[in-house]
Amino acid sequence: MYAQLVKSEASSETQADRDFQARIDRGDTIEPKDWMPEGYRRTLIRQIGQHAHSEIVGQLPEGNWITRAPTLERKAILLAKVQDEAGHGLYLYCAAETLGVSRDDLTRQLLDGRMKYSSIFSYPTLTWADMGAVGWLVDGAAIMNQVPLQRTSYGPYARAMVRICKEESFHQRQGFDVMMKMANGTSAQRRMAQDALDRFWFPALMMFGPSDAESVHSAQSMRWRIKMNTNDELRQKFVDQTVPQAEYLGLTVPDPDLAWNEETGHYDFTEPDWDEFFAVLKGDGPCSADRIDAKRKAWDDGAWVREGLMAHAAKKAAAALAAE
Amino acid sequence: MTGSASAEWPLWEIFIRGQAGLSHRHVGSLHAPDAEAAIRNARDVYTRRAEGVSIWAVPAAVIAASSPSEKGPLYEPAKDKVYRHPTFFDIPDDVGPM
Repeated sequence: MYAQLVKSEASSETQADRDFQARIDRGDTIEPKDWMPEGYRRTLIRQIGQHAHSEIVGQLPEGNWITRAPTLERKAILLAKVQDEAGHGLYLYCAAETLGVSRDDLTRQLLDGRMKYSSIFSYPTLTWADMGAVGWLVDGAAIMNQVPLQRTSYGPYARAMVRICKEESFHQRQGFDVMMKMANGTSAQRRMAQDALDRFWFPALMMFGPSDAESVHSAQSMRWRIKMNTNDELRQKFVDQTVPQAEYLGLTVPDPDLAWNEETGHYDFTEPDWDEFFAVLKGDGPCSADRIDAKRKAWDDGAWVREGLMAHAAKKAAAALAAE
Repeated sequence: MTGSASAEWPLWEIFIRGQAGLSHRHVGSLHAPDAEAAIRNARDVYTRRAEGVSIWAVPAAVIAASSPSEKGPLYEPAKDKVYRHPTFFDIPDDVGPM
């Protein structure tokens, strides 16, 4: 998902840990000043931080098309969508900061490779139809994961998710709207829409992460209620929801083995290439280097603004004090 | 990395009045160099869909908060004073609305 392969740390089983788990099991919300196990705190910082980084890096593939949107209306919509992603990143950084880490520190960890962002944003956006595919598939997959996270045990994270989910629906619908236009357009536009689906289908399935049936980290995170569903559950739900939408568009999901299974009441589908996923997450995706270069450039080029505004604020505060 | 040694912009807690007649409500926080920028940033971060008609920005550092460990001494005493609620008193129906 936007947070993939988050390493969860088990805690030692002290009485305090057991009391904490009992609170979670009761459905209590944990707030920043409450006692929490170190493992819970550190796991959440990694998870929320990675989620925030994904929102921020996720602006890049779409930002790529703002100046080339086909109409002024599409341009305004895309601009609003990309601005929302910046907002989502900020809500999440703030939630992470309540756990005792600074936003600048999280940014540094992203830039020097200690923290990751979602594998999906290391893929290129080659045509305008990719703006449709990203909104429809990528934001659609994100919603699958984020809706249940509104009930996660950590209060600030849950509240950030509520805000994000309210806005995310616009993202998916505008993407589907772009796809509808393309799918009902000229044959060249239809080919472009199909090509976008072909390229984004498996990377979208990868967003949920590999099967976590045997993952210890997942089990711990689910006990803490910071992960609400298994990766496989969410992936299946996504496929079941998306295939009929592709049919509506008259597009073909690029999976020859995709078939409705009467017995299970779900679609059978081909798993994505997990070797590719691990390589991309490690930083070997087609655009991985470009993404981090762009973020590093923004950070370095923005340094004088950050420092200048602080200096200006200090000067104004000193002048106000002197005038008193 | 340049700038990494410089001080981070301070944290502000943001409160928004959703509509005239309601009180300001905490919506989240953000970083800004000063109060003016905090309000401008809050406009962009928290009111992109006309969620507010007024913004308060408060430096997070000046907020005093009660501690979870004080929950007992602070709130328990109120629980046995049920007579503070009007429903504690039975008023005969004959008296009429009160």
